[in-house]
Amino acid sequence: MLQVSVYRFNPETDAAPQMQEYQVETGGKDLMVLDVLEMIKAEHDASVTYRRSCREGVCGSDGLNINGKNGLACITPLSDAVKNNKLVIRPLPGLPVVRDLVVDMSLFYAQYEKIEPYLQNNSPAPAIERLQTPEDRAKLDGLYECILCACCSTSCPSFWWNPDRFVGPAGLLQAYRFLADSRDQATDERLAKLDDPFSVFRCHGIQNCVNVCPKGLNPTRAIGHIRTMLLNRAA
Amino acid sequence: MVTQVTSFSRNGLSDWLIQRVSSLILLAYFLFIGVQIATGIDYTSWRALHDTTAMKVFTLLAIGAYVSHAWIGLWTVFTDYLTEYMLGSIGNVVRPVLQIAVVLALVVYAIWVIQVIWG
Repeated sequence: MLQVSVYRFNPETDAAPQMQEYQVETGGKDLMVLDVLEMIKAEHDASVTYRRSCREGVCGSDGLNINGKNGLACITPLSDAVKNNKLVIRPLPGLPVVRDLVVDMSLFYAQYEKIEPYLQNNSPAPAIERLQTPEDRAKLDGLYECILCACCSTSCPSFWWNPDRFVGPAGLLQAYRFLADSRDQATDERLAKLDDPFSVFRCHGIQNCVNVCPKGLNPTRAIGHIRTMLLNRAA
Repeated sequence: MVTQVTSFSRNGLSDWLIQRVSSLILLAYFLFIGVQIATGIDYTSWRALHDTTAMKVFTLLAIGAYVSHAWIGLWTVFTDYLTEYMLGSIGNVVRPVLQIAVVLALVVYAIWVIQVIWG
């Protein structure tokens, strides 16, 4: 039997959060963490609340803190997460808890919105797509794959301390995705908005974001590229 | 509310660059002083070293680097941890008080160093 400890909190009825223990029979299978949560909900306690949708690491809904490390419950196998037959599941750190494992992502989305995550090109639209060379297109690899699960930003202490001012690794990865795009014409305006002491420069390069990204992306490297672009712009 | 008004240069890139350049100057200065001490000094040689214009300029450069490096670093720490978000409304009192104390200490250090090397 797997010992599972789940963070429970209902702000409407509970004075404080608490950890609730469950014994889950996995049948010796190497299930995903989401499967265990589904079993708890189906067989033990239907009131356990969490987000999930695609269950295959594409939608980014079920970002959770699993045995101390952020990750997507649907693609994290028990063999990677469980230590000493114990599985501790908490909500993503640093964001307000709506209920149990569901967090309020408003601050995270506000930072994403701040970097204007859409192509800005004021030249007349061509009859076909705006084309790129294969080399220019390759510059977006490792950037466009982000699914905005918030695992990275909520593992970043700088985002914990300044969620209203530091864009955070997810937002900055997307900021660089548009800075690096040969079709985007707003490079200077985008950089001007990132030049304050908080938006980019609160990153101290500790790479928690790289460590937890379920898609294997590297926000720290993207932030380094943004710094280089800011330096080149100022030079 | 935390604002950037009290940051060293009011600009993230400048602060970041100054922090790195100043650390190189401080590293060079302390390595140089370390080598001097390791190779043996007495009052006469120490005094002669610091009487040269080059050494006075180097020391002045080092204290400038020290003041800017310390302020940028501590400003970052203060605006991370001593905020309304972290401490409640008291954060908006504690942070400016500590910032003023640090500014005073750094100005005193700078004046003291100038007085020592040019006094």
